[in-house]
Amino acid sequence: MRQIKLILLGLAAMVCVLAALDPSPARAEEDLAPLVAILAEGGLSERAEAIDALAATGDPRAVPILEALADGALMVRKADGAVVIAKTAGKVLALTDPVTGVALAEVASGALDKIKVNNRLRRSIRDAVGALTLRSKDTAVRLIAAKSLFDSADPESIEALEGAIGVESDSTVRTAMERALAASILASDLPEDRKLAAVTTITALGGRDALSVLTPLANGEDAVAAAARKAMTAINNTLALWDAGQAVWYGLSLGSVLLLAAIGLAITFGVMGVINMAHGEMVMLGAYTTFMVQDVIRTSIPGLFEWSLLIALPLAFLVTGAIGVAIERGIIRFLYGRPLETLLATWGLSLVLQQVVRSIFGPTNQEVGTPEWMSGAFKVGEMTITYNRLTIIIFAMAVLFCLMLVLKKTPMGLQMRAVTQNRRMAGSMGIRTNWVDAMTFGLGSGIAGIAGVALSQVDNVSPNLGQGYIIDSFMVVVFGGVGNLWGTLVGAMTLGIANKFLEPYAGAVLGKILVLVFIILFIQKRPRGLFALKGRAVES
Amino acid sequence: MEEKATSILYVSGVSVTFDGFRALNNLSLVIKPGEMRAIIGPNGAGKTTMMDVITGKTRCDTGEVYFNGTTDLRVLDEAAIAQLGIGRKFQKPTVFEMHTVFDNLMLALAGDRGVFRTLFGGLTAKGRKRIDEILGIIRLGDLAQTDAGGLSHGQKQWLEIGMLLAQNPKVLLVDEPAAGMTDDETAETAKLLKEITGEHSVIVVEHDMTFVRDLGVKVTVLHEGSVLAEGSLDHVSADQRVIEVYLGR
Amino acid sequence: MITRLLLNGLGGRAWIVLSLLLGLPLLIVLLNLGFPEGSALHVPTYAIALLGKYLCYALLALSVDLVWGYCGILSLGHGAFFSLGGYAMGMYLMRMIGDRGVYANPLLPDFMVFLNWTELPWYWMGFDVAPFAFLMVLVAPGVLAFVFGWFAFRSRVTGVYLSIITQALTYALLLAFFRNDMGFGGNNGLTDFKEILGFDIQADGTRAALFLASAVAVALGYIICRTVVGSRLGKVLIAVRDAESRIRFLGYRVERFKLFVWTLSACMAGVAGALYVPQVGIINPGEFAPANSIEAVIWVAVGGRGTLVGAILGALLVNGAKTYFTAALPDVWLFALGGLFIAVTLFLPKGIIGTFAPRFAGKKMGSGQAEKGVALSEGGEVKPVNASAGE
Repeated sequence: MRQIKLILLGLAAMVCVLAALDPSPARAEEDLAPLVAILAEGGLSERAEAIDALAATGDPRAVPILEALADGALMVRKADGAVVIAKTAGKVLALTDPVTGVALAEVASGALDKIKVNNRLRRSIRDAVGALTLRSKDTAVRLIAAKSLFDSADPESIEALEGAIGVESDSTVRTAMERALAASILASDLPEDRKLAAVTTITALGGRDALSVLTPLANGEDAVAAAARKAMTAINNTLALWDAGQAVWYGLSLGSVLLLAAIGLAITFGVMGVINMAHGEMVMLGAYTTFMVQDVIRTSIPGLFEWSLLIALPLAFLVTGAIGVAIERGIIRFLYGRPLETLLATWGLSLVLQQVVRSIFGPTNQEVGTPEWMSGAFKVGEMTITYNRLTIIIFAMAVLFCLMLVLKKTPMGLQMRAVTQNRRMAGSMGIRTNWVDAMTFGLGSGIAGIAGVALSQVDNVSPNLGQGYIIDSFMVVVFGGVGNLWGTLVGAMTLGIANKFLEPYAGAVLGKILVLVFIILFIQKRPRGLFALKGRAVES
Repeated sequence: MEEKATSILYVSGVSVTFDGFRALNNLSLVIKPGEMRAIIGPNGAGKTTMMDVITGKTRCDTGEVYFNGTTDLRVLDEAAIAQLGIGRKFQKPTVFEMHTVFDNLMLALAGDRGVFRTLFGGLTAKGRKRIDEILGIIRLGDLAQTDAGGLSHGQKQWLEIGMLLAQNPKVLLVDEPAAGMTDDETAETAKLLKEITGEHSVIVVEHDMTFVRDLGVKVTVLHEGSVLAEGSLDHVSADQRVIEVYLGR
Repeated sequence: MITRLLLNGLGGRAWIVLSLLLGLPLLIVLLNLGFPEGSALHVPTYAIALLGKYLCYALLALSVDLVWGYCGILSLGHGAFFSLGGYAMGMYLMRMIGDRGVYANPLLPDFMVFLNWTELPWYWMGFDVAPFAFLMVLVAPGVLAFVFGWFAFRSRVTGVYLSIITQALTYALLLAFFRNDMGFGGNNGLTDFKEILGFDIQADGTRAALFLASAVAVALGYIICRTVVGSRLGKVLIAVRDAESRIRFLGYRVERFKLFVWTLSACMAGVAGALYVPQVGIINPGEFAPANSIEAVIWVAVGGRGTLVGAILGALLVNGAKTYFTAALPDVWLFALGGLFIAVTLFLPKGIIGTFAPRFAGKKMGSGQAEKGVALSEGGEVKPVNASAGE
């Protein structure tokens, strides 16, 4: 009995190979059916052979059958022994014919027997599907197949891969297939020269995938092991570089967040000399403005959601800018020349602002959505770059350079610099110094609001949002050198990168502590920061 | 070298640059023990910066500054230089406004400046006597228990000179002592300074020509951070370059 | 010499302050222990614990006033010294639990057993000996303050820069103490204390004793502060506050004076923390939060900076208000506290004592005029602000 089945199987396989050469649907249909029948009838080993045979047909219709088998959806109808694909439809099961795909009558679940598979079978099904899809007309499907075969690295798929590579026209897919082939060869017992060539192919691939293929080979004395070890060293070195690159990227990303939080402070603290402890709350209010804008858009004009951040930007600037002007007029102007008092008053203000927001919106985090164009990520080599972080880095730079332009090129910037350098002189030249003070503070606060829009994308929007940034942003400004925007940029990026490089060795918290301690020591050494202005003007 | 060994203050080839601006340019100045020297020069000539360098507030980029011919002042901080015996009066009178006149003088009084000595040590009878003396000299005896913040501008100037006296330094650097004073007060100040000289060496920076003439001492003219001319007032007044940059205006 | 110094420091109305500081607590304790519950004159034990807490805050406020009011150093990190003192006491109290913990380990505190630690870390050694632990209450904050101050004052970090790095200091400690592997109980801190010096920590008598000890500590702190500010050193400090660069030219090493008063103040804050912990029954990293340190500054500002007695009064008043508001109108408290910061700096820069009872301040109180003194100083003042005063 068993032998008959084997013969049948062999015949079927032969027919299938022929069928592959002449892919006529009518023929194929007849050729698939007996194999499917064997799947249903045979024991586990026959099933395994039938799966391989199905794979060998190269018929795309075999893919859903095999997948159904793996998922346990391929069943035998008790009534007539027909093989069907069952799908739950309410209380009953909807059936389709696996070969033709024609829908059959619904039955109750008791009317079917599941075709059992074990893990070994599942693995061969996966390989079989991989081999099958290698011949798919769809490039993407072929690519995925090649990659899945790379992962399984099964010597059994060598032939399928070799066949597929021979007819593959797409270079990307072919490379993927060649790598899968190389991985499979390395797992096989083929001669040394082929393995050495495969090692070369895998080395060219690089990355962690290559490492996982090469690692099992490295323990040995033969030429292959030596080659594998050499390749692993090279790959590890490259990987270390990529890791460093990724750390730099994370650092730049953190740095840009710090930069955004600190730019406004660089204006109020750096240019005006006002210690605004409520600066973090301006950031927080900017984030809440974003939340409000999205809320309005969601309820009334959902179509604009993709634009919500762009709409929120000017609004946040105006809202926090106006609050900033109010704070300057209402509190800070009475405290000029009394920095420590300013510090205390604005700290009190920050408590009030937090409590206001807590009373209105509640203490919990608010949901701020990310537009489609900021979602997702892409890979550069071994580095993952997310679009939202990328956007924030670019945005932070843009804000910084716009601000520099404003300070350097506009009349308002000129007046600001004049007032901060010599208030009395500026006043006697007809500059309304009070107005300039208010505007400068408004500008700094407005920029904090803009920062809040960006930070709403990477941080939790809660009343405490600002608190987390206030010490860090002061550190950035002080470290970079007060009154110097370039210093702020360098300070933010240095601190960001330093944090991220320390993290792997010291952990996130200890890394942060080390950075803080470093800054504390640094301020001792250079009390006026990295890019301090020198000279008498500063001291007097 | 001879000059350096016998000097109380030896400044040689000192240059100071602030962000590209040369405040002092190869400045040299030698003061002998007991000498009084007047320094004149237009604004920005480097008078105050010179004092800053001598008192340790500003470090010079190049050059030498020696006290008593042996002590290198470039490596010492303000407190150490003050303890050596170099006292300074600022251009704007700077006294401790929250302290009484008496306490101001007590703080300045020569003596131990250690933390624990000031905590546990009180004022000696000798010290009290000296303060009373100085109060007499600067004519603030009646105001001894007044807060210094309540003094007039001229009184503050005198109090600061009194503080210099209490400090009993070997070298006094006096920046515009007559600024904001009436003519009578100016003359009195000149007299006072002349009395001090002999025991002390004094460098006076002043704009007021009458005052400088009253002092009747050797004059050094500074211009753009270096010495333009040196000699008696009449001698430098006759100097063509001095007239050009300063007096002639 | 010392006697003369003390008399010098305790002249004027200091005796009134001292008798109030010691007399009132004594009276309260008598009312607590002497009258049975239900009596109209009985003071409940929870009130004793609460007042004891306030007194610890008052001592913290005194220490802040000493450096801020008299030396111009605005510390936004005194909570760090307070907490370190508290942790030192907490470690002693933890060791005193012995085998009465949940895991009944005679040597290791519960949290260490929980973390699978097998032996006591070296820095926990000796904390079962009370004198050593109490010494550490002074040494731990003192050493930290000395090292920090040595670096900061030597390089002339002043004004807001100093304020911000003190804040960073306490923030860094906050992060550090949150870590479990620091060996200080991580997030939960140290708690579940059983006894202190052999007395049940929950007993009425112990609570009363701790309360009295706090009162004595505040009184001692007050005497020490008065003595320091009344001495010649005190005059130097005020001169440093008002015209730091000027006093250098008189030959005073400003950094040494600052370091002395800074370290002294940190030790006082440490004692405050040490007395605080047994009365509230817990110390956790939250005490390091920068907000706590800034709150301590506002107590001083409310009472009147540079008046000492104002610091005590401010701490008692603000914390009394806090207790009332957080119970009665919890949402209003942060508005009130925030408003207090703004109102005091704008409308009451001298604080309550400075405005209404300056005689209690001793002669040399600080005030808004302090900045005027600085502004007048020529040159050398490395001022954090380059915008000139709005004159």
